[in-house]
Amino acid sequence: MAVSTLERPIAARPSTWFVWAGMTAFGVFLLGIIIAVVVDSFGRQWFDTWLPDGLTTSWYGEAWDRFSLGEVIGVTVGVAALVVVISVLVGVPAAYVLARRDFPGKRAVMLLFLLPVLMPPITYGIPLATVMYSFGLGRTLTAVVLVNLVPSVPFVILTMTPFIEQINPAIESAARMCGARTRQVFTRVLAPLLVPGILAAAILVLVRTVGLFELTFLVSGPGSDTLVVAIYRGMTSAGGGEARQLISAMSVIYTATMLVMLVVALRFVNPTQLVAQVKETRDD
Amino acid sequence: MSGSRQQSRSTASLRHRLAERGVDPALLMLLPGLVLAVALFVYPFSYGIGLTVQPTAEMQAQWGGGAFANYVAFFRDPFVFDSVWLTMRLALPAALFNVLASIPVAMVLRHKFRGKRLLTSLLVLPITLGTVLTAQGLLIFAGRQGWINRTLLEFGLIDEPLRLVNNYLGVMFSLVITGFPFAFLLISSYLSGIDPSLERAAKTLGAGWWQRFRRIILPLLAPGLATTFILTFVLAFSVFPSARLVGDAMGSTRVMSLMAFRAFGEQNDYAMASTIALMMGVVELLVVAAVLGLRSLLYRGTTGGKG
Repeated sequence: MAVSTLERPIAARPSTWFVWAGMTAFGVFLLGIIIAVVVDSFGRQWFDTWLPDGLTTSWYGEAWDRFSLGEVIGVTVGVAALVVVISVLVGVPAAYVLARRDFPGKRAVMLLFLLPVLMPPITYGIPLATVMYSFGLGRTLTAVVLVNLVPSVPFVILTMTPFIEQINPAIESAARMCGARTRQVFTRVLAPLLVPGILAAAILVLVRTVGLFELTFLVSGPGSDTLVVAIYRGMTSAGGGEARQLISAMSVIYTATMLVMLVVALRFVNPTQLVAQVKETRDD
Repeated sequence: MSGSRQQSRSTASLRHRLAERGVDPALLMLLPGLVLAVALFVYPFSYGIGLTVQPTAEMQAQWGGGAFANYVAFFRDPFVFDSVWLTMRLALPAALFNVLASIPVAMVLRHKFRGKRLLTSLLVLPITLGTVLTAQGLLIFAGRQGWINRTLLEFGLIDEPLRLVNNYLGVMFSLVITGFPFAFLLISSYLSGIDPSLERAAKTLGAGWWQRFRRIILPLLAPGLATTFILTFVLAFSVFPSARLVGDAMGSTRVMSLMAFRAFGEQNDYAMASTIALMMGVVELLVVAAVLGLRSLLYRGTTGGKG
């Protein structure tokens, strides 16, 4: 009996089947949601039937004009790119110092960078938005970028610190022994080693920024809404919201944008490394 | 260390002495990050705390309490205070479910099998969906005329369409769909940090799968579980769009973030909005502290994974 339990292959246990059943349920829900939105966005009318009666692509054109999606997508991509560049430029040097140096007050600095990641966005988002409005920055692109930097910079720092820690400091010492100056150490030695980590952090920041709702929503307005916020406003606008298919079309555009970015990004970064980086961050 | 510092105090320059303690020009690289953190986080946050004790005249007239009228209103106004309970009722079960469900899935997906990559990407897919598309999809897929209700009706399992959205259940679905992948990714990375030879040794000594799980995997995983729980709880706790879109925004899913936004955007009472937002942070930190306390109570020591 005992022997047979030990040798039984792992796949034959009823608990395994239970897990698979749960996973299937999750998959059905997930695919159902995605397919339902896609079908809805191409459907002419869809009330109480299995499938919509007739297909059309006109919702996309209409959504594009009604919500000036060209501008919205431009804003989304522009904001995301700016946030990624700034948070990498600010975050990576800081992460380097935190990884390599020991100095008085280091723990306090770490805590300062950790807090925005741990707090609910609304908790600091509302005072931050109040400050933005009182400086006259409300509903501007500047405010949207600044607000998005608050979680992004700490995120880059927390992701990059363990990554830099694992690079052997002897490499830097060797470069210095060979006569490299600080700038050369950074550009010739560290930068190439850091590229995978920076790319992974940049992708995660990109995905987070495009998907971030709460903070952007608090400070954006017409002309500075990102795609998620535009969809939310469409769903909740006064008078019961816009036609459902318009929202579906926008949601499909959103997910397609996100998928394209991820696929492009994953060509440069190994997904398992992405996961490992996530793990490293979440540890702190 | 102290000896060398004594020596350097007498001979070396200030710059040298500072460098010995780790303060040198390289620290300037930290400066931009610090400036941003202070300007965009510390300053607004302290400003917000200051705002909470500057209530509007109406608040003071209605609730009394002078400078603390906003806090009085928060604790006394059942419409506001109940949102704490409503948020907890959503976030705690959602986080607990996500963590508990991730353990068996991560255990099974530890092993190599065909289609593992596909399955993992399927699990990660919801991250690209975002809360808004998930909400829209749930409204269509699980609505009265949605495919779920239609299938159940077709098979005669129910007579009336089930109410799956625009209530508590709808928000719960959306929290699981967005939160589960996160929990799963984290837990599988913690699980991969546990040395498999420990389990093999236990197996050699005759431990059954339950004993191996209970005595070996679980204690080593416990710190990781606590971290994962905290992070998924933080995600679920600040639920906002889905509570409004697939929930019952004025009833069973009137969460704290909705109340904070209502005060901010609709009533333009920045002081009250900051108060609710601050209390949100306090409540969340209390739960986090409780989980961390529980964790240190249960287990202290090194683990296979980090955490």
